[in-house]
Amino acid sequence: MNKWFKSGTPWIWMTGGAVSLSLIMVIGLFLLIGWRGLSFFWPATVYEFDMLDRQGNHMNVIGEIYDSETVLKQQLIEAGITGLEDKGDTLERYLIKVGNREYVDLDFQWILETIIVEKHIPDNIVVLERTKNGNFYGYIKAFQENGVDIKIPASALEAEFSTRLAITKALKDKETDLLKGDIGRINYDLDRIRLKQRKLDLDGQLTEEKIASFKAQSETLQNEYLVLEKQLFEYRTQALRDAVVITDMTGRDVVMPIAKILDFYLPNKMTFLEKVQHWFHQTAKFVSDDPREANTEGGVFPAIFGTVFMVMLMAVIVTPFGVIAAIYLHEYAPKNNITKFIRIAVINLAGVPSIVYGVFGLGFFVYIVGGSIDQLLYPEALPSPTFGSPGVLWSALTLAILTLPVVIVSTEEGLSRIPSSLREGSLALGATKSETLWRIIVPMASPAIMTGLILAVARAAGEVAPLMLVGVVKMAPTLPVDGNFPYLHLERKFMHLGFHIYDVGFQSPNVEAARPLVYATSFLLVTVIIGLNLAAIGIRNNLREKYRSLEH
Amino acid sequence: MHSDLSNRLRANQKRVIKDKIVKYCISSGGALVLVTLLLIFGYLLYVVLPIFAPVTIEAEKQFMQTKNEQLYALGLDEQNDISYQVNEQGVLSFYSLREQDLGALLLTKEMLKQPVAFAQSSPSTNIYLLSNQTGQVTIFKPDFATSYPNDKRLITAKIDYPLGESLIEVDPQGAPITVASFELSEEGGAIAAVTNDNRGLFVVLTATEDMMSEEIFWEQELVELPSLPHNVSQMLLSPDLNNLFVRSGDDLLVYDISNTNNIRIKSALPINALNTHVSDIQLLTGASSLMVANENGVISQWFEVLKDNKRTFTFIRDFTADANVANIVPEYFRKGFLTTDKKGYLSIFHTTGNTRLLNEKISDNDNLSVAFSPRANAILVIDEQKVTLFKLDNEHPEITWSALWQQVWYEGYPEAAYIWQSTSASDDFEAKMSLVPISFGTIKAAFYAMLFAVPIAISGAIYTAYFMSPAIRTYVKPTVEIMEALPTVILGFLAGLWLAPLIENQLPGIILLLLALPLSVLATALLWTLLPKNFKQKIPEGIHPLILIPVLLCAGYISMSLSGPLEMWLFDGDTRMYLTNELGIDFDQRNSLIVGIAMGFAVIPTIYSIAEDAIFSVPKSLTMGSLALGATPWQTLAKVVILTASPGIFSAVMMGTGRAVGETMIVLMATGNTPIMDWNIFEGMRSLSANIAVEMPESEVGSSHYRVLFLAAFVLFIFTFIFNTVAELVRQRLREKYSSL
Repeated sequence: MNKWFKSGTPWIWMTGGAVSLSLIMVIGLFLLIGWRGLSFFWPATVYEFDMLDRQGNHMNVIGEIYDSETVLKQQLIEAGITGLEDKGDTLERYLIKVGNREYVDLDFQWILETIIVEKHIPDNIVVLERTKNGNFYGYIKAFQENGVDIKIPASALEAEFSTRLAITKALKDKETDLLKGDIGRINYDLDRIRLKQRKLDLDGQLTEEKIASFKAQSETLQNEYLVLEKQLFEYRTQALRDAVVITDMTGRDVVMPIAKILDFYLPNKMTFLEKVQHWFHQTAKFVSDDPREANTEGGVFPAIFGTVFMVMLMAVIVTPFGVIAAIYLHEYAPKNNITKFIRIAVINLAGVPSIVYGVFGLGFFVYIVGGSIDQLLYPEALPSPTFGSPGVLWSALTLAILTLPVVIVSTEEGLSRIPSSLREGSLALGATKSETLWRIIVPMASPAIMTGLILAVARAAGEVAPLMLVGVVKMAPTLPVDGNFPYLHLERKFMHLGFHIYDVGFQSPNVEAARPLVYATSFLLVTVIIGLNLAAIGIRNNLREKYRSLEH
Repeated sequence: MHSDLSNRLRANQKRVIKDKIVKYCISSGGALVLVTLLLIFGYLLYVVLPIFAPVTIEAEKQFMQTKNEQLYALGLDEQNDISYQVNEQGVLSFYSLREQDLGALLLTKEMLKQPVAFAQSSPSTNIYLLSNQTGQVTIFKPDFATSYPNDKRLITAKIDYPLGESLIEVDPQGAPITVASFELSEEGGAIAAVTNDNRGLFVVLTATEDMMSEEIFWEQELVELPSLPHNVSQMLLSPDLNNLFVRSGDDLLVYDISNTNNIRIKSALPINALNTHVSDIQLLTGASSLMVANENGVISQWFEVLKDNKRTFTFIRDFTADANVANIVPEYFRKGFLTTDKKGYLSIFHTTGNTRLLNEKISDNDNLSVAFSPRANAILVIDEQKVTLFKLDNEHPEITWSALWQQVWYEGYPEAAYIWQSTSASDDFEAKMSLVPISFGTIKAAFYAMLFAVPIAISGAIYTAYFMSPAIRTYVKPTVEIMEALPTVILGFLAGLWLAPLIENQLPGIILLLLALPLSVLATALLWTLLPKNFKQKIPEGIHPLILIPVLLCAGYISMSLSGPLEMWLFDGDTRMYLTNELGIDFDQRNSLIVGIAMGFAVIPTIYSIAEDAIFSVPKSLTMGSLALGATPWQTLAKVVILTASPGIFSAVMMGTGRAVGETMIVLMATGNTPIMDWNIFEGMRSLSANIAVEMPESEVGSSHYRVLFLAAFVLFIFTFIFNTVAELVRQRLREKYSSL
């Protein structure tokens, strides 16, 4: 035995075990996020439980089984639950999502298996997705129009629901279009007129006729607004016409305006194919919808948009600087101490904690640079800041510094792989160094630059800590790009997938309800980042092969 | 022909110029990296430095008064535009401090004829009391009104009578008051007085609002102070009307006046410093601290401390002025105060910072009148007839080296401690900004993360670089490295919402796992050696990890399923309770163990990748030589490869530590963020980076808090700078060594 230990074999196995453990952790993590994230959109079976509570009363509960755990009988008895003496050592406990948040105390309830008398899967249970208060579970009973019941045969209830929902939805879409489109434009224009007037006033050029002209302009806009407002109210009243009567788990009939319902489905009736279809539908809604109810429901579209926009802006800033620095280091830098310092600076830029960049970005970019821009260019809006408060431009700049080393290292690696014979050949034919660079080296290194850029984008997309200081918010009312002049609003705050995860997972009032959404968001972010990284690795490997063949 | 040549030459010249321009541009682009790093360093320093800037005073304005009077009180308005003084004849006068009419008398009024005693409320309310020969007092407040005629700020002086203009009777027997003290706020107030026949009087003032007219009426109620000492030298009321301090010579009596029906002496104690006598006492803002000046220039701070369930008045710390202190003037809103001494020195102190911030001779006179401006940005000094307004630059008195890095005895605390508590709802809150607990948290988090990551990452690197078959290596290495790309916010989220509850519920299983994993590996190794040779030869070399994956998964599953029974058997069914009750170990759900695992996970790829590179690039000639001389692979590894690569491994660990120290999101999400100092693995912490992320958005730009947060960022920057630079230098040297081999 001693000899065996001395031979080193067990230690080799132990080191091998460390590799296995790392692999298990990585793959396990991906599987965990993937499973939790994707199963969220799968229509879960909704059960109806018949239960006997401790007083012997029957209770009816409708809901999805959300989670289950095994508990020790001993623990339950210690917690004061009686009547378990004849049960086994361990018991199953279910977490039921009962929804109907405004009618029950807790929309997630723990239920012990012992009190369940019977569990059914009724076909006609309907799940309603609503604009407020989360899901609702129940049975469709009837429809109302302006508060009056309409007779509809039981078999046609579903179809009727679909048609009425479609009508209401169309009205609501019109309303949103109006609100975000024309009314949004009018508000934006009114604000601009106010600022223009203030600017002229500050410059001392405000004359009576100009005031009159501004006044006339705003009045036209106001009148336009009044017309639109009327239209808006019209849509609203029309949308409120229909209501559906739903019987909930206690047997109570709830009248619910269809305007408050986003979608409905009957999960227990669905075939597998329909479920797959529903899954795709839900996934599509998740990536294209706006969030609702303090981000705990709905989609993540603004966060996706914000992340992509910010990252693209950052890429535009970081690429030229990174590439130039890499070319300098590889092609021009003499072998002296300054070069050594620059190399150390690159390593340090990569190693400085990201939160330090955030602090620097907040102090330097936002307060100093942004504050100065406000003083010079937007004095009319002061004291409310334009660029002097955190925004997407500052976030992009901050992350550009943070990802600069990534681009430099990757580009330099690409440059070092280009055989020097190519440079020498070009120079021997009479090209200047800059021509060699521009015509030969940079085009050949472009896949490496691409790799660096992709890695930088992947790094930036996952970075949250600095953004919390320089521009991310939990809920941005407007996107940084819209139809109002100048179309790009770089001073605006934005939403970000990573921050969304932090915010919904840790700051939301109902963490239990929001958790699956966080998993789904995480899955989205991980997919994007791992995808980008894999693409970068692919390009890099491809490049290596190409130059290897060049060398021979 | 000729022109063709010159054209070509010209074209060539253009190319040369272009080449030069490109060279210049690219070189400056390269230098930009260095500039950026220096800019970050410089900017952080630029924000941090003002907290360590020395305090300075500078005479700004000066004028001469007509008379040299003895003053009861001296004060300024918020803008330092107008000064006021109450002299011993009971006259209140306002003087202008504006450039255009410096020294002009703006308003003057005799408040009371022949006053005999004077008292003043806390600086933030600044109400004055004068008493006459017959036991009556007048209460008034020098006040200012601000208006903007022609868009310019104009401040005018006025006199306010919070309790009405008529005299208030304190002593019904009409005896002259010798010592008085007084305090007033919107809800109520009190006057404490001693008459010349040594009776202690206490008048409670209560405000009642008339519902109809919204007028306020004041009611008074007279109570006698029990067991008053002879020759009372000074009395002070605390603004919360809980305590009355009575000084008689060197002795201090503290009366509990919170219940006016039962006024009693809480404590009586001598407060003089060794071998000297007390000259003055003064309350600090917030009213919990009493500053005691002694004749030898020692100023001591006292406050109530909870000891053995009793509040006792305790000596905390002392400060030294050069000579006998003539005045102690507290600041309006901060825990600072200034003194002037008999040699004409002006000194400024801060209690939390525990330092003398300034000591400057401003006069040869020993009898100066001084006042702080409300914003503490100016000091008004009257030296006989000469009135001087000093500009005071003292932005961050509370932040000193000792306040940041040493134990500080904060008001109301039982002992000196390291505490981080930067904000509170109340105004006169003593900010507790010790960087020690959050630096400790950073180190604790990094330590547990490294404890988890280093063994796994380095063993993994050794195996991958030295034993693994190349075919698997091409897949395994990128897989582990891709972990580095995982956003830490996701790791933090999983740690906080998935891992933390899991570990809380399955703690025995997790502990079991620590044993089960290595043991199962060893068992597999043993079994493997016992397997027949024929079979082993068919299996390729270097695939141990693949064999071990199912083994480890099984071991993990078994440990987890044993968790419940084990908990029943060993810990009475609830490990958490058992830990707390039986072992006295506190358990937070989000604790260092979680952070260690999650952050360890984040730094494994960093360490793994660098260490693997270092080991892999050990020249093959070395290992071949060792093996040829008869060493086993393991001996070669331990004696040759690791030794050669050790600088690389060291630099990997340094890089990993640098990353763990600066990581924000994981610590933010996986701990409770409480700044406690305890190595207990089951309790949380707050790290420098998480602290910045939590508090930075709420801190006011330019405030001490803001600058201290920048200092925290600066500390992080320097720390990681050192780690990264050392690691990089080590790595560069190693690379040179390899290339020479």
